[in-house]
This record gives sequence, structure tokens and C-alpha cells, in this order.
Amino acid sequence: MVPLTWYLVLAAGLFCIGVFGALARKNAVGVLMGVELMLNAVNINLVAFWRHTAVSGMTGQLFAIFVITVAAAEAAVGLALFIAIYRQRRTVNVEEIDTMKG
Amino acid sequence: MQPVIFALLALITLGAAIMVVTTRNLLRAALWLILAFFGIAGIFILLNAEFLAVAQILIYVGAIATLIIFAIMLTHNVMDPTQPRFDEQWGVVGGFAALLFVALAAIVTRVAWPVAAGEVPADAIQRLGAHAPRTPEHKEWFH
Repeated sequence: MVPLTWYLVLAAGLFCIGVFGALARKNAVGVLMGVELMLNAVNINLVAFWRHTAVSGMTGQLFAIFVITVAAAEAAVGLALFIAIYRQRRTVNVEEIDTMKG
Repeated sequence: MQPVIFALLALITLGAAIMVVTTRNLLRAALWLILAFFGIAGIFILLNAEFLAVAQILIYVGAIATLIIFAIMLTHNVMDPTQPRFDEQWGVVGGFAALLFVALAAIVTRVAWPVAAGEVPADAIQRLGAHAPRTPEHKEWFH
């Protein structure tokens, strides 16, 4: 069986790639894709911990299902927001969407 | 055999993820994202979480990726292709992400995790359903 640490390092790598995408991308949809990668990295961690430390309980998998549900809702709300902003402002560049900047 | 499959899946997932955040064409980035989701579904199968693997493909590939592709098509041609795809602090962000990875990897490889070897119960999916949150009056459904 593959050791737990391998999965954790893989998830850490995926999370950091997601962080980079979410913070560096100019296009708002690209930012959202970075967030999806981060959520998936969390899921890998949850399932890996379930498999390696508490395989008889189902807590890890249940939490992963919660994360998937929240990610789906977040994608729907986020993309609806971007399309609404696009119709009003003709842009999805996060550098130009700065009306609420202090 | 399992380490080889893990290495292959990790390579596919991480490579696709890097393409997602660096590709200029967003539609192509979304297609790379689908590949990354498939790689993660493979990781779930390797971890004996078959239900989650199927749910991952159904929800992420079937729903979220489609939604993202629709959003890209509805906001088509708004980004100037001659402009950079990253904002100007991308160097700082890249350094931060690399540092974060080094720190996380150092931590997760040093901590003595309470690993307990065990076989996956044969009725894992039934257990998943029985453990799911539910209203008390439906308890008798799961006996």
C-alpha cells in the first residue's frame, strides 16, 4: 500500500498550484479553477486520512462529500456572479473589478 | 504495483494542474482541469473510495467543468491576448506558493501520523449511507 505521506505531499503540491492559480490569474474564471484545485487537494487529504487512520468509520469520506457539495454550490454562485459582472462591466479581469477597493 | 500507479496518477494530476494555472487559452485550461479531476478520481480508487471516485467524475467532470466551460464561452474574447495572463505580483505569488509547498511537505513528512492498517469494510457504501446526516424519523430505513 502507498504510504500516507505520499498522498499528503501530492495534496500539498496540488494545493499550492491552486493557490498560485487563484492569486496570479487575471481572468476571474481562472481564479475559480485555482480554487477548485485547492478544494480537490483537501479532498485527497480527507480520503487519505480515512484510508490510513480510521478505515472502519466513514467520517473522512462524508467530509469529502460535504466538500464536493460546497464546491459545486460555490462554482454555481461564482460563475453566476462573473456572468452578471460581465454583462454590466464587459470585463472579467479581476484587476478591473475594484469598485469595493478601500 | 500500487506505487507505480500512484506515481503515474500523481504525475498526470500535478502536470494537468500546472497546465490549468499556466495555459493562456482558458478553454484549454478547463480541459486540463478535467484531466486533473480524472487523475484525482484515480487517486480515490487507489484509496478504496470507489463511491467518491464516481461522485468526483459525476459532479466535477459532469457538472462543474461543464459549468466552467459555459462561463468561459459566455465571457468570450474579453481578455486581450496581447496582455499578460498573470497580474504583476505573480512572481511574489509563485515564490509564496513554492515556499508554502516546501513548508507543508516538510511538516507532513515529519509528523508521526497515527497510521492504523486496516481492511476496508465490505459494506463501505452502506455504512456511508448509514452515517450520512438524516432526520431521526427515517432511522428505520437503515436497518
